[in-house]
Amino acid sequence: MKTTYVITIVSIVIIIGSIVAYSYLSKSPTSTAMVTVNGAGASFPYPLLNAMITKYVHEEKTNVQINYQSIGSGGGISALQGKTVDFAGSDAPLSATEMISIPDAVHIPETIGAVTVCYNLPGVPTGLHLTGKIIADIYEGIITNWNDPAIQSINPTITLPQKPIVTVHRSDGSGTTFVFTGYLKVSSESWASAVGQGKSVSWPNAPGGIIGSNNNAGVASTVNGTQYAIGYVELAYALQNGMAVAAIQNPAGNYVLPTLASTSAAAASVASAGLPSGTEAWTNVNLLNAPDAEAYPIVSFSYLLTYKELNVIPGMTQERATAVVQYLWYVVHDGQDLAQGLSYAKLPANVVQLNERTIQSITFNGQTLAVS
Amino acid sequence: MQSHRWKTLNHPTSSKFFGTKIKVTGDFLFKNLVAIVAASALVILFITAYVLSTGSAPVVERFGSGFFFGTAWNPVEGREIFGAFPYVLGTLVTSGIALFIGVPLSLGIAIFLVEMAPKALRVPVGYLVELLAAVPSVIYGLWGLFVFRFWLLNYVEIPISTYFGWIPIFSGTPFGLDLFTAGCILAIMIIPTVASISKEVISAVPNSIREGAYSIGATKWEVIRHWVLSYGRSGIFGAVILGLGRAVGETMAVAMLIGNATGPAAMPTSLFKPGQTMASLIANGFLEATSKLEVSAYVGVGLILLLLSLMINVGAHFLVTRIFKVKGGIVE
Repeated sequence: MKTTYVITIVSIVIIIGSIVAYSYLSKSPTSTAMVTVNGAGASFPYPLLNAMITKYVHEEKTNVQINYQSIGSGGGISALQGKTVDFAGSDAPLSATEMISIPDAVHIPETIGAVTVCYNLPGVPTGLHLTGKIIADIYEGIITNWNDPAIQSINPTITLPQKPIVTVHRSDGSGTTFVFTGYLKVSSESWASAVGQGKSVSWPNAPGGIIGSNNNAGVASTVNGTQYAIGYVELAYALQNGMAVAAIQNPAGNYVLPTLASTSAAAASVASAGLPSGTEAWTNVNLLNAPDAEAYPIVSFSYLLTYKELNVIPGMTQERATAVVQYLWYVVHDGQDLAQGLSYAKLPANVVQLNERTIQSITFNGQTLAVS
Repeated sequence: MQSHRWKTLNHPTSSKFFGTKIKVTGDFLFKNLVAIVAASALVILFITAYVLSTGSAPVVERFGSGFFFGTAWNPVEGREIFGAFPYVLGTLVTSGIALFIGVPLSLGIAIFLVEMAPKALRVPVGYLVELLAAVPSVIYGLWGLFVFRFWLLNYVEIPISTYFGWIPIFSGTPFGLDLFTAGCILAIMIIPTVASISKEVISAVPNSIREGAYSIGATKWEVIRHWVLSYGRSGIFGAVILGLGRAVGETMAVAMLIGNATGPAAMPTSLFKPGQTMASLIANGFLEATSKLEVSAYVGVGLILLLLSLMINVGAHFLVTRIFKVKGGIVE
């Protein structure tokens, strides 16, 4: 009797459950034709990628669903290595060790980032000039006061206060720190030997004070709220918040303000000097100290990474592989029109051409895929 | 037969379970279900401990006791060295500040609400205090970053540092992003927990205790000090331990306010100096950690944090059962 009771209840639950599930599934009309593409990685390009995805799936391919989770470059690369995503976003190219674990990865630079040096100097709202060596010496604690002769001599029109410099840095591991410390490394031998480059580093002690803050917003708030502080934030963040940023000397000797144009110029000049093909290692590629006279010196690519042969990803189908390459094609072409409005630098034409060759070389089961 | 259908539910019925005859009753099912649920808590703890210890094996093998007692922290490839000691101290110092400031305030709130507040005020204020516990920690962090730290800096830290800067724990130039600010925000965050539990504990003190005390001529202060708080002290201590648990594990708000020093600079030598707790260190670095050794170092810090929390809880349990136990003479 008890068994009958239990069986009755269980069967009722199962029947109701199946009816609900069936009606739910059959009501969503696209459930059969929908192709889902998954990506994950860097948070820096997320606002841009997200805008591209929204526009793409609403206006171009309504039967495709694209997800991008901004979990950080490291997380994106390990997800790609674990083959749980179709593409990954990374602020840095794959390192030599990562290239060993993902040898058949392709690099597709999809946007360009720049790191701005922001400061809080009462009475000096704009117009500060700095060089890479001076910034490195400030962060290393060698230059400790704002009126140091090295800073004063390149800022003859500004009266600099005799105040200790407070250095502010990103406390969370980030691509911004990777690019910034990379620039300090090429600018100062002493930085290269004492600190080096990394997503987070062991920051030297600055006598005036040293503060670590979370995210671009944290660094910006700390610099804004701390007199005589210097910090670094991503270009898009600095532009959107109208922060006081320093003009930095490039190899041509000009002091260049960070703008979308000076950022794109850096990428264009490095690309015309020669970049590897998308299927080669990009480990040593950087856009720092680009040769163009108008180029801002602290610039880097942000990359989308995927596999040259997509059938290595479990469950990959012809439709999904096509959707992946078509989306990548969109990102480097029409998607770029969204960049300016979101304060991202547009890819220069020569980088777009390089990406076209890379995307056209991606295969599924040995066959190339239709890109549009 | 039909009429007996429901009544028989709780009677033992025989049923075969893999060939063994067992008695299935509602009580039997309930007992086992509850036992499984209870066991899952233990299982989760053991899985956590297992994953943390296997995950931290590489860094402990490489640095040995240097990982637990070293002060250097460098994740740059080729220069790796990891020592967790400053962050253990940072956790203890910020939690200590939180208790030092938060517990007296919480007790004041609880005593006021139960013993003194007019009825019309008691319920709404009590609700509001509990509502504070529902505010997500990132909100406290943002408020701390954009508002609270400037108050502390201008009205507390700068005056103290000007007049008492010669005392080592107040030395250095304050910026408002330091161990003291993090400790203060933690104090605010533990107040709702400690206050609302203390309030319940104090409400549970029988009125006969208060009446007896008043009848022998005690003042209100004496009644609260000598009878109410004594009677409720093991419960209040439990509330403090729950607050401490929140302070030790709090991540986001601390990471936004503590100044995030790493390496030897993170040693908490002064309250007005940027520091780092274990939880904030993990929150800062884990997401973008790339090398196996670096990941393992953060997992190792997580293991130390788990052990510290366990030690605090076991120690607290010991105190509650052995030392703070209400003495026979006071009860009833």
